[in-house]
Amino acid sequence: MNLWKRLICTCRRRSPWLFHMNSGSCNGCDIELVAALSPRYDAEQLGVRLEGSPRHADIVCVTGPVTRNAVSAIKTVYGQVCHPKAVIAIGSCPATTNVFIDSRTLAGPLEKHIPVDVFVPGCPPRPDAIIQGVAKAAEILAERGMKPPDAESAPAVEEAQP
Amino acid sequence: MNLMTALARLLIFPGLLFAVPAAWFFLWVERKAVALMQERIGPPFMQPFFDFVKLLAKNTPPRRGIGGMLMRAWPLIAVSGAAGAVGLLPVLPSSGGFEGDLILLLALLELPSMCIIAAGFSSRSIFGEIGSAREAALSVSYNIVFLLAILSVASSQHTFRLETLASMPDSPLRWLGIVAILVCLPAKLHINPFSLPNAEQEIYAGPMTEYAGPELAMWELAHGLEWVAGAGLVATLVAPHIGKGWLAAALFIALSLVMVLLLSTLAAATARLAIDTTVRFYWQCTLIFAVLAISSALFMRFRS
Repeated sequence: MNLWKRLICTCRRRSPWLFHMNSGSCNGCDIELVAALSPRYDAEQLGVRLEGSPRHADIVCVTGPVTRNAVSAIKTVYGQVCHPKAVIAIGSCPATTNVFIDSRTLAGPLEKHIPVDVFVPGCPPRPDAIIQGVAKAAEILAERGMKPPDAESAPAVEEAQP
Repeated sequence: MNLMTALARLLIFPGLLFAVPAAWFFLWVERKAVALMQERIGPPFMQPFFDFVKLLAKNTPPRRGIGGMLMRAWPLIAVSGAAGAVGLLPVLPSSGGFEGDLILLLALLELPSMCIIAAGFSSRSIFGEIGSAREAALSVSYNIVFLLAILSVASSQHTFRLETLASMPDSPLRWLGIVAILVCLPAKLHINPFSLPNAEQEIYAGPMTEYAGPELAMWELAHGLEWVAGAGLVATLVAPHIGKGWLAAALFIALSLVMVLLLSTLAAATARLAIDTTVRFYWQCTLIFAVLAISSALFMRFRS
């Protein structure tokens, strides 16, 4: 690996920008995610920044058990994030649909629709755990950036026109 | 100013070789100041550099047609405008310059903001369009005050040459002009309380919403260079005239840093104002001072 590639790898690891996506969450995990960015936990030390637009983001943080309405939105947002990208499923809901299992309004879990890289279990997970998950996702991101986007890591999803 | 001096100023000092690291440093100071005010540790020293390289190495979405070409062009024009503005600053004594370079500097300083307006509209995103409309309204309001303030300083010295302005004798009029420029700088740099165009959490990222990868990296760089140019302009006007080259450069850097600290503290301590409040602030409150400054400058000119 030459020097430039190693530099890019380091930069990807040190600068994960998040996009927060709620797919029908009860707001518990969302509060914890915001708490992780608050002065008490200060995720900015790792270079984390919460971005408003998925175009700017590297990591998509999905909370909630993926309701039927949210599926197309999740796919659109995932398609709008540019390569390399990673997905974190925050809380038990996107991993297993949690207590909402067998509900007819759900289309979860998340992994049925987009590939998930890191699961942060908990109902809700603690901010420390979320920060650890982000750090792990940033490492995955740094490795993934070395390879061109393949069909498995980035399946074709419909792209929203700007 | 011959070609060699012009190239040295544009590319070495205070141009790109100095201005790009300085831009990253000022972006870091901005974020670190906010962090310290919130009792956090904040981002590491190299953070803006990490962000820049990461964004450079990211893919961009496919863009087709003339709109796509324009979307690629705007950030580059903004960066070159801001870099040119930094290159024109009369930092080193007797470093050259030409009659009327103040007008060129003002035009180049305005270029990034014009590009932001155009970028938001050419991205065809609703948030981009709202952000651009806000930027346009903001630009119309603060620029009147900004230009009048600079014109008052210039007309009191009978010159549009930056080097003469930087070495002019102390007068109350000069300080009135500098205060007026300082009031306009937060709006020019889109920081709180005037962070309306790129209002995060409100209209996502404003004109930058659809930009990704290297284009976004260029916008970040343009923003950093605007910091260098804006803080540097005030620093050169405030700094006393010193003959030695390295001392003048050190003083310029120190004064720019003080400006950045001042502005980022203001940004951390305030919340975003609404667009109508901002426009009213510039048109009703500060315009009076700018008109006072220019009328007293003209009055003094006719008396002398």
